[in-house]
Amino acid sequence: MKFAYYPGCSAKGSSADYEKSTQAVCAALGIHLEELPGWNCCGSTPAHAVDTELSAALCARNLDIAAREQAETVLTPCPSCLSNLRHAAKRMENPQFRARVDELLDTPAAAHFPEVTSVMQGIARVYDANAIAAQVKKSLKGVRLAAYYGCLMSRPPEVMDFGDPENPTLMESLLSACGAEMVDFPLKTACCGASFGIPERVMTARNSGRILELATQLGVDAVVVACPLCQMNLDLRQKQAAKEADAFFRMPVLYFTQMMGLAFGIAPEHLGLEKLRVSADELLRKIDGAQAGEGDR
Amino acid sequence: MNDAINLSRMRDAAFTAEVEAQSGQNVSTCYQCGNCTAGCPAGFVYDRQVNQIMRGVQLGLKDEVLNSRSIWMCLSCSTCSLRCPNNIDVAAVMETLRHMARKEGRVAVPKVEKFWFSFLDTVRAFGRTYEIGTMALYMMRSLRLFTDLDLAPEALKKKKLGFRPHVIPGGADAVARIMQRYKERAKREGVRP
Repeated sequence: MKFAYYPGCSAKGSSADYEKSTQAVCAALGIHLEELPGWNCCGSTPAHAVDTELSAALCARNLDIAAREQAETVLTPCPSCLSNLRHAAKRMENPQFRARVDELLDTPAAAHFPEVTSVMQGIARVYDANAIAAQVKKSLKGVRLAAYYGCLMSRPPEVMDFGDPENPTLMESLLSACGAEMVDFPLKTACCGASFGIPERVMTARNSGRILELATQLGVDAVVVACPLCQMNLDLRQKQAAKEADAFFRMPVLYFTQMMGLAFGIAPEHLGLEKLRVSADELLRKIDGAQAGEGDR
Repeated sequence: MNDAINLSRMRDAAFTAEVEAQSGQNVSTCYQCGNCTAGCPAGFVYDRQVNQIMRGVQLGLKDEVLNSRSIWMCLSCSTCSLRCPNNIDVAAVMETLRHMARKEGRVAVPKVEKFWFSFLDTVRAFGRTYEIGTMALYMMRSLRLFTDLDLAPEALKKKKLGFRPHVIPGGADAVARIMQRYKERAKREGVRP
């Protein structure tokens, strides 16, 4: 199975581990990701906060490349890229809006754009739970996880098409298929504070703190995420969140692709686990321990 | 909005109409249930809660609304839009207000805009975001030289950030041209880019 692929800028920087594990998991599943040639930044929040047409133009250049490559479906790991690309495609259906955006581009964008969806939905489209389970070499049995989607993946529902906007369950189905025990996580679509970590730290500290506090109370072994910015706020900024909450957290925050990769028996170094600030070693021991226990019987 | 507001003097009906046109939302259907405010993750740093902003828009209180810090601190998480019983896309209203304020040069929270520009400058230069570059530009622009310095040791140890920018193969000129055309058009139209 082949998909066009838009990695997004974080994949080349702060979320290199998401990229590595996405590639490893897709390779294990026989999903071929063909990177769009010459893709550019979607503009992320800053572009749409400044101007909707500027944001759409940055996205339209990518959608146009995908159309020229005759891609049917483009996958992207990043919910922010996904949101921007899908918003742009939707807004471009309005001819007046499209004309304004075309003015900003070298040449007018293709009349029809391929569909853009998340890597998570791409995987689920090709493999159902049984097919995922068949790939599992190291079951996540006995591992308790909280799935955290963040705010962009499922909202707004009419653009994102990701199931219930306040209770998506796709990550749970993928990881349960890997043997994990998924807890009910009421803050699964709460906001982590997004990119305000830089200009207004209290925003990320407070919001990420709530998420980490609940995960800690629920006694999970890790929080599992799908967004590079959520991962950074919950992991790299975990100490800032702890300070704000006057608490102590030691909560590993892994990408769902890292979790699936572990279940598929892929070595941690091929999943970028060394990049995590909060070590996942205890989690790895738990998975290995369960394997050993399983072997004894 | 605790201070007395003189509606006969401060009301700007054209402002309400403009917000509705630009956002595509009918703000008159807001009946102040407060669901948006209850679910807002940024409300604790707002000077006006989001339901107050909505009321301000209905009443045409242009200055009150466009000079508010809240429109700059909105996280664009869309929780408000999702929970609005009248299906108002409140986040779209907030974004429209931010656009209107920016275009008029009203920037109640300059550091937020400085962060956005720092980000977009690296996109203009390389076609893709350059994280360390964004940080460096932001620190210079905002004179907040110690931003996230506490994170530096671990971020460096874990090689979290790429040291070199990732440039589009074949050059980033196409992206720079998009940005240039945007800027020139904004100037032609008499608004702040």
